[in-house]
Amino acid sequence: MFKKILVPVDLAHLEAIGRSLTASADLARHYGSEVCYLGVTTSTPGSAARSPEEYEQRLREFAEQQAKVHGQAVRVHCVNSPDPVADLDDVLLKAIKETDTDLVVMSTHLPKHLDAVIPAHGGKVAAHTDVSVFLVRPEDHSA
Amino acid sequence: MSESNNELEENPSVGVPAPEGPSDLIDTDYVIGQDNVTATKFGMDLDLHGKVFTISALVILFFVILTLALQDSVAPVFDGMRVWLTSNMAWFFLLSANIFVLLAVALIFTPLGRVRIGGAHASPDFSYGGWFAMLFAAGMGIGLMFYGVSEPITHFGTALGGTTVEDGVRTDWAPLGAAGGDEQAAVSLGMAATIFHWGLHPWGIYAVVALALALFSFNKGLPLTMRSVFYPLLGERVWGWPGHVIDILAVFATLFGLATSLGLGAQQATAGLEYLFGIPAGDTTMVLLIMGITAVALLSVMLGVDKGVQRLSQLNMGLAFLLLAFVVVVGPTLLIATGFFEYLLAYVTHLPALSNPFGREDANFTQGWTAFYWAWWISWSPFVGMFIARVSRGRTVREFLIAVLVIPTLISVLWMTALGGTAIEQFLGEGFTGVREAALELKLFVMLGELPLTAITSFVGIFLVIVFFVTSSDSGSLVIDSITAGGKVDAPKPQRMFWAIIEGAIAIALLLGGGLGALQAASISTGLPFTLVLLVACYAVIRGLMSEPRAT
Repeated sequence: MFKKILVPVDLAHLEAIGRSLTASADLARHYGSEVCYLGVTTSTPGSAARSPEEYEQRLREFAEQQAKVHGQAVRVHCVNSPDPVADLDDVLLKAIKETDTDLVVMSTHLPKHLDAVIPAHGGKVAAHTDVSVFLVRPEDHSA
Repeated sequence: MSESNNELEENPSVGVPAPEGPSDLIDTDYVIGQDNVTATKFGMDLDLHGKVFTISALVILFFVILTLALQDSVAPVFDGMRVWLTSNMAWFFLLSANIFVLLAVALIFTPLGRVRIGGAHASPDFSYGGWFAMLFAAGMGIGLMFYGVSEPITHFGTALGGTTVEDGVRTDWAPLGAAGGDEQAAVSLGMAATIFHWGLHPWGIYAVVALALALFSFNKGLPLTMRSVFYPLLGERVWGWPGHVIDILAVFATLFGLATSLGLGAQQATAGLEYLFGIPAGDTTMVLLIMGITAVALLSVMLGVDKGVQRLSQLNMGLAFLLLAFVVVVGPTLLIATGFFEYLLAYVTHLPALSNPFGREDANFTQGWTAFYWAWWISWSPFVGMFIARVSRGRTVREFLIAVLVIPTLISVLWMTALGGTAIEQFLGEGFTGVREAALELKLFVMLGELPLTAITSFVGIFLVIVFFVTSSDSGSLVIDSITAGGKVDAPKPQRMFWAIIEGAIAIALLLGGGLGALQAASISTGLPFTLVLLVACYAVIRGLMSEPRAT
């Protein structure tokens, strides 16, 4: 049903995306889909890596680890952005097209008041693409 | 994993630069953001460097509240501070600025100029055209709108007026020995003095800061904050209190340097609105204007670099270029063309005397103009430097220094020659005294008033000031946010919005608590400690460059 699953990952905050990783791995196993891990980085040193090359290397290592978990084919897709916080929605939408994805599995936070001013990425992406989007929310609903 | 290689070969443009080659990475256990506090408060995500953010934010808030509460009693304090600092520390600012320029020029000619920013095989992120445009964009600002006409005509006027001495002290504001009564000499001295303030010295300061930031970030792998530059001197201690202090000083300098620009912009925009539309220029108009512009800046902050500040900068560059072209074509075209070279020569001729820090007789000029400018440029330097650093990855140090020193300097010369030269010609050729007599913030509009299409060009002038205000405030918030988030450029947006609001608040507080004098006092007093920081940074840059592999 889904041939290619796109999973945006934040190497600096892996703890926050554990549930979307599990969900995407289960779906990939079930449908035999290829999983593409999307990383967005900057050319300046960040907490996950000191250069875009190092970031890509780390993303590959991460994808290989995930491949061992679900046993499906993996790819990585690295995007360099000067302002990742503001550009994330556009980067995601562009990556969906470029990678020919048919399902996006991504973590998102719970709806909150400030969303009117700064909307969540997940909801915005779902509203602007024609592929399926699976928004994975944190487990603890009081958080 | 062969899959992923295919993907890259098919799609080489997907944000993966070429191999960067050897560079001397600094091996530190520090992880960017390790001292950050992350929390969710009032429905907002936060990711801040606990100490740097808290101290900077609290001191600034305290300062704003105190200044607003005690408007009448703070004005004399600011004034006293400014007078004391400029009269006692002018030599220090002048000497330091000379050191920065000499270092920048000297590095061009040493083998260290072959070091490449981003690693020996790094390739530039931007084409020459795009890169030059961005250097130009960083250099263009409210200052050029405010001083483009007012500074040349003022220096020309004071130089023409000659020297006056009371009790053995010069009381005139003329640069150097003035040029009493000699019109041509007064023009070239006035233009030379103006170009001096907008030429090699500011760009030398920016170049040193930008080079330091770029080197320690792209080649050494340290976070993009001021403290990283001090790693060769302080070692692991830069992640502790010495580093916190350096970053906090950088935040203060940037905030007050920005507030000075914003204050100038607000003054000029309100003056322009009164001149053009008869809207009464007063504190109320100014405060409302700053609030309105800050709201637009917030919107631009929310849209991000790509859709916000970049588009506005392009718009501004286009409009500024049109205004410049209009003045060149409609104004005294031939005079501007010959003036460009004449004034450049006058600048070179007067440069040694103008930059001499010791034994100056033109105290009013060196203290009131030069020292203020140098302090202002220095307080701006983390902001402009960080911007230049981010767009210059992949350039060699030599290429970088030549481009940063020469291109913006030439553009400044052209701008000053066109706008100032036209105003001077209106006085000399047509006997029009309006510009010379008008207040500083009005001179641009009075000059444009003598040219055709006044209503349109003046409106473009006001619009430019306002948009420059927005782009400065937006990009300033980005820089301050990255410093107060321990070098992260992907911290949550509400933090940037906080700084954008604070910048407007400081500009309001300073304007109400003492006007332009207070703005100048603030940028000079925050510029002073930061000058010391930069002098030490010069040594760190040389150390850092010497350990880098050089391209052949």
